[in-house]
Amino acid sequence: MSTTRTRPNRQAAHRLALLESMLRVRRFEERCVELYSAARIRGFMHLYIGEEAVAVGVNEALTDDDAVVSTYREHGHALARGVPAEAIMAEMFGKATGCSHGRGGSMHLFDAERRFYGGNAIVAGGLPLAAGLALADRMTGRARITCCFFGDGAFAEGEFHETANLAALWQLPVLLVCENNLYAMGTALVRHQAQTDLALRAAGYGMASWAVDGMDVLAVEDAARRAAEGVRAGNGPHFLEMRTYRFRAHSMYDSDRYRDKAEIERWKERDPVEGLARRLREAKELSDKARGALEDRLAAEIDRAVAAAESAPEEPVEDLLKYVTSPVEASPP
Amino acid sequence: MTATHTPDATPAAASDRKTTYREAMREALREALRADDRVFLMGEDVGRYGGCFGVSLGLLEEFGPDRIRDAPLSESAFVGAGIGAALAGMRPVVEIMTVNFSLLALDQILNNAATLLHMSGGQLPVPIVIRMTTGAGRQLAAQHSHSLEGWYAHIPGLRVLAPATLTDARHMLAPALADPDPVLIFEHGSLYNVSGDLPADAGPVDLDHAAVRRPGTDVSLITYGGSLPKALAAADDLANGGISAEVVDLRTLRPLDDATIGDSVARTHRAVVVDEGWRTGSLAAEISARLAEQHFYDLDAPVERVCSAEVPVPYARRLEEAALPQTDGIVAAARRTVGEPAPATGRPG
Repeated sequence: MSTTRTRPNRQAAHRLALLESMLRVRRFEERCVELYSAARIRGFMHLYIGEEAVAVGVNEALTDDDAVVSTYREHGHALARGVPAEAIMAEMFGKATGCSHGRGGSMHLFDAERRFYGGNAIVAGGLPLAAGLALADRMTGRARITCCFFGDGAFAEGEFHETANLAALWQLPVLLVCENNLYAMGTALVRHQAQTDLALRAAGYGMASWAVDGMDVLAVEDAARRAAEGVRAGNGPHFLEMRTYRFRAHSMYDSDRYRDKAEIERWKERDPVEGLARRLREAKELSDKARGALEDRLAAEIDRAVAAAESAPEEPVEDLLKYVTSPVEASPP
Repeated sequence: MTATHTPDATPAAASDRKTTYREAMREALREALRADDRVFLMGEDVGRYGGCFGVSLGLLEEFGPDRIRDAPLSESAFVGAGIGAALAGMRPVVEIMTVNFSLLALDQILNNAATLLHMSGGQLPVPIVIRMTTGAGRQLAAQHSHSLEGWYAHIPGLRVLAPATLTDARHMLAPALADPDPVLIFEHGSLYNVSGDLPADAGPVDLDHAAVRRPGTDVSLITYGGSLPKALAAADDLANGGISAEVVDLRTLRPLDDATIGDSVARTHRAVVVDEGWRTGSLAAEISARLAEQHFYDLDAPVERVCSAEVPVPYARRLEEAALPQTDGIVAAARRTVGEPAPATGRPG
């Protein structure tokens, strides 16, 4: 994407759009923290803050026809995919207008229309699904790909290895994006993996595989585009190890005792959002005024989402058993 | 494990004809594969090997390796891939060699197949069929002899089938594939070689209803799958002793057909539930509880259960036989319900 042949204005506009997309995730989640503290959002909630460049950069490589399979830390993936903030917020409020009609909550955001397949809260549990979505495309000759996000913790699960083998064996059109934030909940990578070079291990399955600076959205986008191109070209699964970091605790229940505070501060110096903002400011592509206007616009957007969620109807208790099985009339032919 | 691979019989004219349970299953698969391009069969050794129990023998040649898809020994990956393919519009039939290995795919079956429709607020139905062999009785020892269909019947969002007859083996797959939600089919390993006449006029099985396989008036023998032949044999024995036993084949273990079970017990006033699962927390326990809840005043005797002994299924023939429900035990239980002392057989029920 960042070839010098592209018109400079378009490049600048694109970088601004990436900043906006990352900032939307950041501000949305910061509001979620407030709402969680106010007990408007309950359950488990896992924040993506610090990792925004991965969801936003990878999404640039995907088309509307592609599928996305995600994890329980998926607010960023959903927002980047275009799932409306209102539908996500309403879901976290447990409202009828939520993107999963209040059945899922923070960990289980779904949007079939946008081919966003959740929202899987079992580590590595989404990987086999992604292989299957890709298999269906392969069998029917559809030119689209499936992107699966998962964390470094998934590397310890059999489902990752089973799926990596299956995807490579069958040359499935799947883009595997590992968000290596160095912690499987509270266990550091060096304490849960014998070989911590994850890209190296994925390469062992015979798939194109490399590590990426996951704190740099432009690097992420570039890598994702190259990998997605390879997948689309029929070269089988591609694996990207996104080296990233979460600035917040694992979940709202986590007191974050297992990390050195200095380590967190060091990573914050590489904040993907402020890092890009700084570059744009230095390149005179983003004035302080424009930044302020962007912040105001996002704040208003999130305000609207919160207000809509607040005033949305509850799911009626009479519908408790709805969606356990399909309605009879919905039987496919 | 070994299995007899019987080549398919050439389909005969439209009259009752001899077949086996295995061939009936294969014919159902062939029909489904011919009828709908979205249908494909995936699992361990379903292609070149012909299926661990020979069910899919010959299908690879007819439909090719894309649709008769040999998978690596990765139950979680290929069951999950089936679920993903179903989400993307396919109609996969996933074969897990045996229920014992399905434990390696339990995450996908429970946390995805059974759950996605609900968790997504109705957006993601999962039209997958998962077939597997179940049960004991072939001296395969504990790890190849589980009967865990009752576990699966515990799970909302799944439909659980247990074809016990040739007709059900032949005609349950089409309605299972037409179901928009996940369907699990449990095929008892002792049934594959059962042979008999397949009625020519049989059509798709109504998956919401149990079947009365033998009418009777004195006691209801409620069972399914591999225990059905034992229950029918017990009914013969009981008839010789002047006791008229009705045999109810559940066919669908979830959702249970309370009406057919209840109607039978309302007529006979006595019930024996025969289930190859372990007694504690079993499907038999569920049926007994429902009878107590819904038919307490219809019952003239306590409900009896004939289940597997609470032990991992042993290898040695005498021990294995003693661990499983047997005809003698069913007869003894039925006799107790009608107040006739059981003859001493030395066999636990």
